[in-house]
Amino acid sequence: MDWLKSPGWRGNKVLLGLLPILILILLYVVVAADRNAINPAEKITPMPSAMVEAMAGLVFEKDQLSGEYLFWSDTLASLQRLGLGLLISTLSALVVGLLLGVLPTFRATFGMTVTSIAVIPPIALLPILFIVFGLGETAKVALIVVGIAPFMVRDLAAYIASLPREQIVKAQTLGASTWQLMLRFALPQAMPRLIQALRLSLGPAWVFLISAEAIASDVGLGYRIFLVRRYLAMDVILPYVVWIAVLAATIDWLLATSSRRLYPWAQGPSH
Amino acid sequence: MSAALSLRNVWVEYGDKIVLERVNLDIDEGAFVSVVGPSGAGKSSLLRLVLGQDAPSRGTITLDGKPLQPKCTPDRGVVFQRYSVFSHLTVLGNTIFGLECEQATFTGRLFGARRKAAVEQAEDMLKAVGLGDAMNLYPAQMSGGMQQRLAIAQALVKRPRILLLDEPFGALDPGIRADMHSLITRLWREHSLTILMVTHDIQEAFSLGTRVLTLDKSRVDPHAPGRFGATVVYDLTLDRRLAREARLAAAQVDETHPGAGVSTSPEPVSGITIDKINNT
Repeated sequence: MDWLKSPGWRGNKVLLGLLPILILILLYVVVAADRNAINPAEKITPMPSAMVEAMAGLVFEKDQLSGEYLFWSDTLASLQRLGLGLLISTLSALVVGLLLGVLPTFRATFGMTVTSIAVIPPIALLPILFIVFGLGETAKVALIVVGIAPFMVRDLAAYIASLPREQIVKAQTLGASTWQLMLRFALPQAMPRLIQALRLSLGPAWVFLISAEAIASDVGLGYRIFLVRRYLAMDVILPYVVWIAVLAATIDWLLATSSRRLYPWAQGPSH
Repeated sequence: MSAALSLRNVWVEYGDKIVLERVNLDIDEGAFVSVVGPSGAGKSSLLRLVLGQDAPSRGTITLDGKPLQPKCTPDRGVVFQRYSVFSHLTVLGNTIFGLECEQATFTGRLFGARRKAAVEQAEDMLKAVGLGDAMNLYPAQMSGGMQQRLAIAQALVKRPRILLLDEPFGALDPGIRADMHSLITRLWREHSLTILMVTHDIQEAFSLGTRVLTLDKSRVDPHAPGRFGATVVYDLTLDRRLAREARLAAAQVDETHPGAGVSTSPEPVSGITIDKINNT
């Protein structure tokens, strides 16, 4: 077999990609069944049936205290925080990254500031964010922004600054003003890279979201798993973690697909 | 013929290093000037000067009698060896870019009737360079030769006073290069362009140009390589080629296939006027 050869049609690749995941699930079920056979009150490795049972209460039944479907309100709250954080980070990365990348004077003035902010561990700023913004939604969104925006700004600025000088000269000889250069050259050239940076930032964004929710919150995916940890409720924690993985993978897939659709020219030779 | 571009006692110095010294040059309207010379002899520096990317440290440059501002403006078009077209725009988008910048100051985009007019203008230019069937391709989908055709069309649609070519055909296959030679010759003649071309290829310089400039250092201090700069050491006017071009222009030859009247071999030396610049 030629290991350097592509496995062929799409379906093959999907099947091959699912194989390791199926093996992992199978492995878990075997271990769980084994441990449950020894101790029926086992909590650390619940059987899938126990997970379904525990989750059904959260997904389909209203909570008696709050009158809400906890699973869905957790998901909604977390996605809202994540979405806002990603949106603000992306927009600021676009504006600041463009200015830093295109205008040397702007870069000389603010480049060092951005770098200095970027090297601060965001979690170290969390207490400050809580003090300044209170324990509400703002602090959690702010943590995500503080956590990923500097990376995205720096990545985008470096990318734009590395675009061939010839292209800028060419645009100028075609009559482009600085504004037109930003709008018609730097902005479209930056977009695929921005989406790529956003995709890479998804992981850290989730980390900051779960951290913020674990520390101070009353709803959210991170809040829930840290809450039920007190009761060793692995039958809730494991499905929640899988759900988080599914959400993250879906967002990543959506971003990758939209980048391919919107910016076909950035995909390299297609003939 | 009048001098379109004039350089008077132009120097380029970077700190202690002198790149160009005492460059005096008059480029006539309608001339096709090739610039050759060894690496590091300031060919690119000369081009950057004329392009407005750099300002001379001494001397003056005038375009149509007016001092040249040290910035890139649309009166000078340029085609580089690489990266001359925008990868995010289609062939048509690349070509109307210059028209859109000129007519839509704030949005940089044209709509409706004005866009239609610009598209028509761009299509004519693209047909002239042989890209009539490739309007909606992105540069990544095209060969190097097609990308250079696009770069030329993109520059010419702005009708620049002078077209600057920086080793435009250096990265192309020999066959494609010959096609490009006949294309640029035809465009030069049909649009009455003034062209300044920097090249490494001496054969190309002679077969395309009506005038060949050689840049080199006339003095060298082995202990201080940066002490003396390069200047124009040879200035060759290719008389026979000029004469033939004049005949062609007078006869208004309508060519059925591009480049038919132009040989791509060097002109015999007998047709060249050599003007050895006196550097004493």
